[in-house]
Amino acid sequence: MSVLEIRDLHVSVDAEGEAKPILRGVDLTVKAGQTHAIMGPNGSGKSTLAYSIAGHPKYTITSGSVTLDGKDLLEMTVDERARAGMFLAMQYPVEVPGVSVSNFLRTAATAIRGEAPKLRLWVKEVKEAMARLGIDPAFAERSVNEGFSGGEKKRHEILQLELLKPAIAILDETDSGLDIDALKIVSEGVNRVRETGETGTLLITHYTRILRYIKPDFVHVFVGGRIVEEGGPELADHLEAEGYEKFVKAAV
Amino acid sequence: MTTATFDEKKLQGAHSHGGAGDPLAPAKTRAAQIQSTNVDDFPKLTGREEEWRFTPLRRLRGLHDGTWKPAEEFPRHQLGVVSEDGLAPLPAGVTASNIKSTDERVGSILTPFDRPSAQAFTQAAESLLVSVAANAVVEQPVIVRLAGGTTEGAVFGHTFIEVGESAEVTIVLDQVGAVTLADNVEISVGPNARVKLVSIADWEADSVQLQHQKARIGRDGSLVHIAVTLGGNLVRQYFSAEFAGPGAEVESYGIYFATGSGAKTGQHFEHRLMVDHAIPDCRSHVTYRGALQGADAHTVWVGDVLIQAAATGTDTYEINRNLILSDGARADSIPNLEIETGEIVGAGHASATGRFDDEQLFYLQARGIPEDDARRLVVRGFFAELINKIGVPELQERLSQSIEDRLAKAGV
Repeated sequence: MSVLEIRDLHVSVDAEGEAKPILRGVDLTVKAGQTHAIMGPNGSGKSTLAYSIAGHPKYTITSGSVTLDGKDLLEMTVDERARAGMFLAMQYPVEVPGVSVSNFLRTAATAIRGEAPKLRLWVKEVKEAMARLGIDPAFAERSVNEGFSGGEKKRHEILQLELLKPAIAILDETDSGLDIDALKIVSEGVNRVRETGETGTLLITHYTRILRYIKPDFVHVFVGGRIVEEGGPELADHLEAEGYEKFVKAAV
Repeated sequence: MTTATFDEKKLQGAHSHGGAGDPLAPAKTRAAQIQSTNVDDFPKLTGREEEWRFTPLRRLRGLHDGTWKPAEEFPRHQLGVVSEDGLAPLPAGVTASNIKSTDERVGSILTPFDRPSAQAFTQAAESLLVSVAANAVVEQPVIVRLAGGTTEGAVFGHTFIEVGESAEVTIVLDQVGAVTLADNVEISVGPNARVKLVSIADWEADSVQLQHQKARIGRDGSLVHIAVTLGGNLVRQYFSAEFAGPGAEVESYGIYFATGSGAKTGQHFEHRLMVDHAIPDCRSHVTYRGALQGADAHTVWVGDVLIQAAATGTDTYEINRNLILSDGARADSIPNLEIETGEIVGAGHASATGRFDDEQLFYLQARGIPEDDARRLVVRGFFAELINKIGVPELQERLSQSIEDRLAKAGV
């Protein structure tokens, strides 16, 4: 069973030549089978947490540690982290012109699994996963994320999540910008992965709506670059009723 | 079939028309330009001319100033359709012949507006004529292969392609081997005809080519022009398009990959385009993509689009993207859009030159794909999109492989 451990993580970003601190000491443990929701207002550093764990070059780790099953993730390149079992569903998935979805998925699966999946089984696997997410089969021949609607991009992220079966999945605002039907489909996909019990999920969101469809085991309130409150699912209800205001004031 | 259309005989006094006041001048900004089929009407190039400032004239072997040496060996044409053992005869509806430069078609579309083009016009006594009959629907791509044998001595050529009303055809100008060449290509797209012209410059290492291509597209006609430049030491291609009636359109795509070794003799690939909208309700789209690898690789892209006052309802867009794979390479990219009427559907241009997109690499790597593989995917995708527009599988394979080999050499 995999464990992601984040200890006293401090991260800064380069802003006009000066290092601007964003994360100020994050502590969090996510185990396979658990679902953690990180909720916070815009600008609180939630996405920075997601991207710095994934290894985006824009962010500098100034102190702290992130380990997956004891292995130091911060020492690894972006692709090594993914192969170690990390997955980041992005808020704004990137267009890659000229690279077809089918080629991309197979290349990624080959990298993650360490060998090329058997073609016949793979085609079936992708087809079924696409059908479950209501993705048109013609989609496979389109360029990655190019000309996709917001909903298509998010479904494509969840398709990858289902195919790559990571140890730890970080979902960065996967719910934002989705209509209710798309939100349900995407949530069902995430729940299928959770039900395997083999993936730990870190759900980063600004809105409480998605928590009606994906029930977290733990809720963390994120303000000013760190976790300021922790609790069970009831904390989400509290946030829905009262908003972040109380926590923002307390953090200042 | 094999025909020779290159001739060392000098043809003097070719018909000359046009000039400064010509209403068909390719651009208002060029209205003052000399237009003539006679080389003697043009001053020798010095390199100080705006249009030649990027081109290393010393590598032109005298094509620019009359000091070129006549060749003793001439390139050969081979025409046909792709078959298992080379080229099969031309299909029904397509004919090829040589015509004299005095034929009224020659020069009816393109009047040279620079010295090497006029030099080619003056030197070439004959033109290859490829004709596609009206209403012919030609299923198989027609290959017009030009194979050069040596870079020793300069050769000059002329090609005239005429496609009749409502015909549909794909023609591939496949330029291979070794040459020092200046040539002109005229393309007449009949009313309602649909033409795809794939123009490949895949010359051997030391080759030099200065080429002008000009297309006139008839009412409701469509031309898809795909220029692929991979081989040769210096290739400078000028593609111009104009419309003869409303409802016509041109899509112009280009792929180039220049490599350099740092010895100041890296590949120089220069593409200049001029789309002249003088007729209402025509459409044009231009996408050129290039990659550069190695010190002193140099590419130039200058895309001019002119929308004249009469050309209401015009819809145009042009974009050039360059991917710089290593230090020391240089890509010049200049889109120009000149608009004389506001009553248009759309007009836009864009240009981007840079290294790999970090966000693309991050996205791919975040899915476990190693950085090298991610770069490979991105750069192959960059070209694959345009290569797939060619629609001739054998050719797509050959060009993809050629690009593949270069990337492998470049360590990408």
